[in-house]
Amino acid sequence: MNDVTTSEPPREPTAVETADQGHAEGLQHPIRIYLWIWALLFVFSAFSYLVDYFQLHGMLRWSLIILFMLVKAGCIVAIFMHMRWERLALKFAILIPPLCLLILIGFMAVEGAHTFVTRWGAFAR
Amino acid sequence: MARDASITGQPAAAPGLGGVAADWSGDKQAFAVPWGKAMMWIFLLSDTFIFTCFLTSYMNVRMSTTATWPDPSKVFAMQIAGHEIPLLLIAIMTMVLITSSGTMAMAVNFGYRRNRAKTTALMLATAALGATFVSMQAFEWTHAILHEGVRPWGNPMGAAQFGSTFFMITGFHGLHVSAGVIYLSVVARRVWSGFYDRKGSYETVEIAGLYWHFVDLVWIFIFAFIYLW
Repeated sequence: MNDVTTSEPPREPTAVETADQGHAEGLQHPIRIYLWIWALLFVFSAFSYLVDYFQLHGMLRWSLIILFMLVKAGCIVAIFMHMRWERLALKFAILIPPLCLLILIGFMAVEGAHTFVTRWGAFAR
Repeated sequence: MARDASITGQPAAAPGLGGVAADWSGDKQAFAVPWGKAMMWIFLLSDTFIFTCFLTSYMNVRMSTTATWPDPSKVFAMQIAGHEIPLLLIAIMTMVLITSSGTMAMAVNFGYRRNRAKTTALMLATAALGATFVSMQAFEWTHAILHEGVRPWGNPMGAAQFGSTFFMITGFHGLHVSAGVIYLSVVARRVWSGFYDRKGSYETVEIAGLYWHFVDLVWIFIFAFIYLW
């Protein structure tokens, strides 16, 4: 970052500059992007809240909750945490390992369902 | 600044998988980011595993219990002017945390523009919103313990596992927020003192920001699975 002098006034980078230099120059995206994402997070949080407020049930409730949750998580990781502008090497190193957790979740769901059935059988007798 | 030179000295990545292979296979620094940032990302990755293990154990006990699970929409409802509004406090807490993430993102941006005053102010605002969040959580816990009778070993509404998972998961998250408030305050003080101007880099602000956004990210999952499910 030696080539950035303190006297240089803040400027908005062009798209090419952002893509090319990314972190080497420091991210100087326009503030607008952050305000947009902030607003989006507010809107989707409000949607999640409304799912509960209107007492939606069943698959509709669960799919809406997960959908809004993933949209918000994506916005935060991609824009606020700047993952969108990172190199693919870092993206892969950070975003792929958590996929192993899906296996854990799957196993634990099967185990939980099994425990429920055995408990239900034992208590019903 | 030898470290900075090695970062700026990196050539642009080759597109696609070729770039990944080239970055990993060479006898060189794999990640073209400051080491502190790479380490923070790896820490957050490990934290992701911890929180997922907690949420998975919550899913497991909730699926396996034969008792009815207490309805969080009712447990955490608030009485406002005689009306019972579900999850009101939780909704406000969510908005506070999202707002703090917004101010943090702008603090990072102003840091890279070398705007010392605005970076400090926005980081302190973020820390203040974080402290507000923790205070509201303390209020929520007090309400749950004193008025709803929720205990880690049982509660009057249903399945005993509700209390243990609720206190463990929201408590661990609250601990992260509290630690973040301290972390942000320390970094904000250094920004104000001109430490990062002398160092020649504001990357520490971005690294602190990564931690803070992660805390917000975890809350989004807790909000969905503990409160809305």
